[in-house]
Amino acid sequence: MSFDDAYGALTDHDDDTRWAYGTGFADPLAGVPAAIPPGVDRAALAEYCLMLGDDALIMSHRLQQWVTLAPELEDEVAIANIALDLLGQARLLLTRAAEASADVAPAPAAASSAAAPAPVAASSAAGDAPVAASSAAGDASTGARGEDALAFGRGPAEFRNVQLVERADADFAHLVARLLAFATWRLAVLDRLRDTADPILAAVATKAVKELTYHREYAAHWVVRLGDGTDESHSRMQSAIDALWPLLAELDHEPSPLAPTTWRPEFNAILSQVLTAATVAEPAAAPAESSAAAPAESSAAAPAESSAADASLSTEAPDAVSAVDDAAEMSLPGATLPPTHRGGGGGGARAANFEISPLAESGRDGVHTPALAEILDEMQGLARSVPGGVW
Amino acid sequence: MNHEWPLFEVFVRAKRGLNHVHVGSLRAADHTMALHHARDLYTRRNEGVSIWVVRSDDVVSSGPDDKEPFFAPSGDKAYRHPTYYAIPDSVPHI
Amino acid sequence: MLDFEDTIARDQRIEPRDPMPEAYRKTMIRQIAQHAHSEIIGMQPEGEWITRAPTLRRKAILLAKVQDEAGHGLYLYSAAETLGADRGDLTTRLIEGRQKYSSIFNYPTLTFADVGVIGWLVDGAAICNQVPLCRSSYGPYGRAMIRICKEESFHQRQGYELLMTMMRGTDVQREMVQDAVNRWWWPSLMMFGPPDGDSPNTAQSMAWKIKRHTNDELRQRFVDMSVPQAVSLGVTLPDPALRWNEERGHHDFGTPDWDELKRVISGDGPMNAARITRRRQAHEDGAWVRAAAAAHARKKAS
Repeated sequence: MSFDDAYGALTDHDDDTRWAYGTGFADPLAGVPAAIPPGVDRAALAEYCLMLGDDALIMSHRLQQWVTLAPELEDEVAIANIALDLLGQARLLLTRAAEASADVAPAPAAASSAAAPAPVAASSAAGDAPVAASSAAGDASTGARGEDALAFGRGPAEFRNVQLVERADADFAHLVARLLAFATWRLAVLDRLRDTADPILAAVATKAVKELTYHREYAAHWVVRLGDGTDESHSRMQSAIDALWPLLAELDHEPSPLAPTTWRPEFNAILSQVLTAATVAEPAAAPAESSAAAPAESSAAAPAESSAADASLSTEAPDAVSAVDDAAEMSLPGATLPPTHRGGGGGGARAANFEISPLAESGRDGVHTPALAEILDEMQGLARSVPGGVW
Repeated sequence: MNHEWPLFEVFVRAKRGLNHVHVGSLRAADHTMALHHARDLYTRRNEGVSIWVVRSDDVVSSGPDDKEPFFAPSGDKAYRHPTYYAIPDSVPHI
Repeated sequence: MLDFEDTIARDQRIEPRDPMPEAYRKTMIRQIAQHAHSEIIGMQPEGEWITRAPTLRRKAILLAKVQDEAGHGLYLYSAAETLGADRGDLTTRLIEGRQKYSSIFNYPTLTFADVGVIGWLVDGAAICNQVPLCRSSYGPYGRAMIRICKEESFHQRQGYELLMTMMRGTDVQREMVQDAVNRWWWPSLMMFGPPDGDSPNTAQSMAWKIKRHTNDELRQRFVDMSVPQAVSLGVTLPDPALRWNEERGHHDFGTPDWDELKRVISGDGPMNAARITRRRQAHEDGAWVRAAAAAHARKKAS
């Protein structure tokens, strides 16, 4: 290294292999045709990319808020990794949403004040993720401006994320409980989207499946550690699961025609296994107030989902499920978490007995908790406060 | 105050064809966590195709006092090195 | 200790289990720990802007950068632990105020331009300090620094690029950049430590090859590098005494306010209390989590 030249030394990478440093990055969309195939409903594609993108963006935001507050420095790094993965997914999906349909983007005035394309975007790719490099190199009108117009130019009612990702984490148990549910659900959904008709959405799903498999594993291990660890951690873990449970019903309300419908049995089986290993009890049913509020409507509104859940209870447990159980007893619950099943034939004899009561009002329809408005105030405040600003 | 999680040493294989190389250490409650942490900490830039972790307590090493008896005896075995043997420059491929 | 002196004289590295003077061990632990603390505390000023970054690209860059800082803190704690230090103990010393970290992180980040200026000036100054440390006589520290310097190669560039972009933006943005430069220039010069005449440890550290250049040498190098960068950016460095000295072949520059540096080091900077409070809160709030993982591991091992 040329130690007398501070800058020369930094670009002197001859001994990369010695340091196990940087072996290059792959563009997740390399070689993927960007054109939307004939027969794909552009509006539906845009809307579904928006939903999946918003889920990732808001979940990432909640994880970003843990930066400098994680319980240990190693987990600081891990949580940031997960937040970065989800942010990357959000960027690709929002970009695709804007490409698929101009209708999902906010009015031009809001978009331009929020985020005009940076003039140096293409030349500055050296320090950036490959995702940005590829989008910057492409059509500038649908690259950075598409994702930023959507992220920074919309109000709460225009966001389509599920309410699951909105509330703040009360403690680390809440973080891992929600992350377990979110990653398990999203992994099951995106796994089924790997062969969807739109090649970009399929490529994003393929990339995301690898990331989410790790997120689920990270969360599953922590749920087990906290559930099994000390009296205090067990009680906190149980509280976090209790608080999480009512939010899961919303996941069955999926208005997009592109959304897979067969993810539930896999989701229930995984959660059930992790909670069993964690010695945490599954809350028996949806909370009293919501089931008391509209019991008749909920059963009437979702016959398909209910029967799917019932069916999963009588299905044989697949091998992968028992593998998780065995692994849990050997203190390695997630190390062998199964690859997700295609086709959703899974489920398990011990699958969670979820009370299905889809919310009358869902984030998918633009109905949100007050927490989303707080998130957007924080996320969008700067971008909106400098009209014409370039960043 | 004692740290509650033990220390692990981390070895990363940067790519196929290379040895695992010691890259540092970290704290973890158990081996699985140590592997997770090693993946997050030491392979953030896409480096590495394989990771080993081992409890630092379990590493047995030669001590500095062993230096002479351990390493000096091999110093005089020049015949182990190819340059010990004089071959005329006119002989090719050797 | 003959071996130790001989190894240093031959410019070879000291490795963890080699015999070494107790004073060398203590100095190394203190230096590495302070460096590690600086990385961890240094996450906070920029970390505050991750959730507020004005584009998703900037958000990703900043998140990756702040995450790198956590990683660099860990590499350094790892190096300190090879000398027999315990990370938990070092953390306790940090949050009880018994060990220091770089005083630069006791200044607030008031606008998003601060993110750019921290990358350009603060990371630039850190690079000047750190690159020579790659040759530190203590092997694990030198190796950690090589890895850190390599990974940080994008940190300064992203900051400068952000400032270039903002300077092409609106008047409001250009004012933000100049204001941030005004606030961070002098603290950046202070990052190199007190002047050589007031730096009692420098001679011993140079002899042990822990340090390779004096504070004033590094400060001069930093000024010489920064001036043309400021010109190219179109900002003014807030020092009326700054001018090229043909005779010396270096820039002359004014004297930093050393009393301010002393105040900030002794705990009286604008953000000292807030930085330590946040670090302590994370550590204390995480105690039950760390205890739970340890308890779970014990149950599974038995």
